[in-house]
Amino acid sequence: MGYEISLLTIMGISVIGALSLNMILGFCGQISLGHAAFLGIGAYTSAMLTKAGIPFLLALPAAMLLSGLIGVIVGFSSLRVRHDFLAITTMGVSFLFTGLVRKQEFLGGEMGIAAIPDPGYGKVGFMLFVFGLAIALTLFSLYIKRSWMGFTFDTVADDEDTATLLGVNVSGYKLMAFALGTAFAGLAGALYAHNVKFIDPESFGFIESITILSMVVIGGTGSVWGVISAAVVLSVFPLWFQFIDDYKLLVYGGLLCAVMLLSPEGVSSLVVKLFNKIFKREKAIHVNN
Amino acid sequence: MLTINNITVDFGGVKAVDNVSFSFQDRELLGLIGPNGAGKTTLMKVITGTVKPTSGSVSLDKSNLNGKAPYLRIRAGIGISQQIVHPVNSMTVLENVTFAAGHSKTDQVFLSLFKTNRAIEKEEALNLLKMVEIEDVADEKPENLPLGYIKRLELARALALKPKLLLLDEPLAGLNQSEAERLSNTLLKLNQQGQNIILIEHNLTEVVRICQRLVVIDNGKKIGEGEPKTVMNNPVVRTAYLGRS
Repeated sequence: MGYEISLLTIMGISVIGALSLNMILGFCGQISLGHAAFLGIGAYTSAMLTKAGIPFLLALPAAMLLSGLIGVIVGFSSLRVRHDFLAITTMGVSFLFTGLVRKQEFLGGEMGIAAIPDPGYGKVGFMLFVFGLAIALTLFSLYIKRSWMGFTFDTVADDEDTATLLGVNVSGYKLMAFALGTAFAGLAGALYAHNVKFIDPESFGFIESITILSMVVIGGTGSVWGVISAAVVLSVFPLWFQFIDDYKLLVYGGLLCAVMLLSPEGVSSLVVKLFNKIFKREKAIHVNN
Repeated sequence: MLTINNITVDFGGVKAVDNVSFSFQDRELLGLIGPNGAGKTTLMKVITGTVKPTSGSVSLDKSNLNGKAPYLRIRAGIGISQQIVHPVNSMTVLENVTFAAGHSKTDQVFLSLFKTNRAIEKEEALNLLKMVEIEDVADEKPENLPLGYIKRLELARALALKPKLLLLDEPLAGLNQSEAERLSNTLLKLNQQGQNIILIEHNLTEVVRICQRLVVIDNGKKIGEGEPKTVMNNPVVRTAYLGRS
C-alpha cells in the first residue's frame, strides 16, 4: 500500500509540474527547455526554509514566490528572443541552475540536501494534500483558458506581431505566463522535496526538463486534460516498468518523435479527431437509416 | 487629427521615406498612393510604431507618438489592416473579431484574468461581420478561406478596436473588380458614418472614386497632394506612374 501511495503522490506532483509548463508553453506559446530548474528553485527554497524551522505551509508560498520572481527574470529573455533562440536560452538556465547549485556549500553542493523535514500529514495525508493542489491547479488552468487572459495568451501564442497590432501588451502577457508557470513549478518542486526528503542538483537537471516537456508535448500543448493524462502515464510508467526507467531518454525521445510526426498537436488532438470521426460516421449511419 | 512631420526613414543609406509631411483632417478618407516601393507601407509602419523614423515626428490629436510602443499607439486610437493578412489561424473568424472587440478587457494584464464574459463582444463581432458581409463564415478557421474573405476579416477586426483612425494597407489587393468595388463601397459607407480612414491602395479607379484627398509618394518623397482628379492630372504624378506625363 505504501508503494501505491508514493506512486500516486509522484503522479500528483508530476501533474502540477506539467500543468505549470503548460501555462508557459501551451497557453502562451513560449518554449522552455529549462523548466526543471524552477522546480529546483522551489525545492531548495522549501527545503532550506523548513530545515531552518519555518513551517511547511509558509515555506510553500515562499518557494512559489522565489521561483516566480526568477521566472519573471528569465521571462525577460523571451522579450528579446523567440522560438529556437528562446529554447537555447532556457536550456542555458537549466545548466546554469545545476552548475550554480553544485558549487554552493550552503545548498549542499554535489551532495545535495538530505533529511528534509516531513510536513507531518502522514503518507496518505500528504498524498491527499498533493491531490488537492493538483485539482486546484487543474481548475485554475481551465479557468485561465476561459478568461480574457487565456484568450490573449492564445493570440500571443499564434502570432505576437498580430497581437501587438490588436493593442496587446505582448511583453506583459509573456511575463505573466512565465510568472504563473514558474511559480507553480516552484510548488511542484517544493512538494517533491518534502516527498522524497532528499534533493541534489541532478534531480532538476536537463533530463528532468525534457521529461516535463514530453508530458506537455505528448499530451497536447495547451490541452489541460491531455497534459494531465500524459503526466499521469509518463510519471508512473518508469516506476511500473523498470526497462522504461532504464531507457527513459530513449523512450521519451521516441515518443516525442512519434507525436511530432503523427500528431504534432499531441495525443489529445488525435483522440478528439478519432472521436469526431467515429461520432460523425455513426451520425451519418443514423441519418441514412 | 494625425500629423506626419518631416518623417525620414533611412535603411543603411537608402532613404525609404524622405522628409515627408502631411496632415490628416477629421472625418477624411485620405488616399496614400504611389508606385511599388515608393515608401507607403514604411510610412504606415512609422505611424504604427513598428518602424522607427530616423527623424521627424508623428502625432495623433496633438499628442506625440514618437517613442510610444506599437500596442500603445493602437490603444491611443489607431487601427490597422495590413497588406499581408495576418489572421489568428487557431481561432475562428468570429473569435478573431471578438478578441479585438474586447480590447478594453485585455489592457490590464493581471485584471484580464478576472474577466470571462464574452457575450457583448461576440454580438459586436457578429454585427461587424455582417457589415463586411462575411457572417456566413463566422465559425470557419481563416486558413480555410479565400483571400477576399480574410481581407474583410482584417477590416472587421480593425474596426472592432473602435479606432479614431483606420489605416488600410492595400485592402483591395487580390480582389477582382466587383469584389473591390463592394469593399470600396463599404469603406465609403464607413467614412460617411464618421470613420477616419487612410487608404493605401494601387487600385486607382477605386481610390479616385472614394477618396476625398490624395497624398502621392514616389521614391520616398511626397510628389503631390490634393483633390484626387487634380492630383492625378499632375504631370509629376503621371510621370511617376506611367513613366511619362
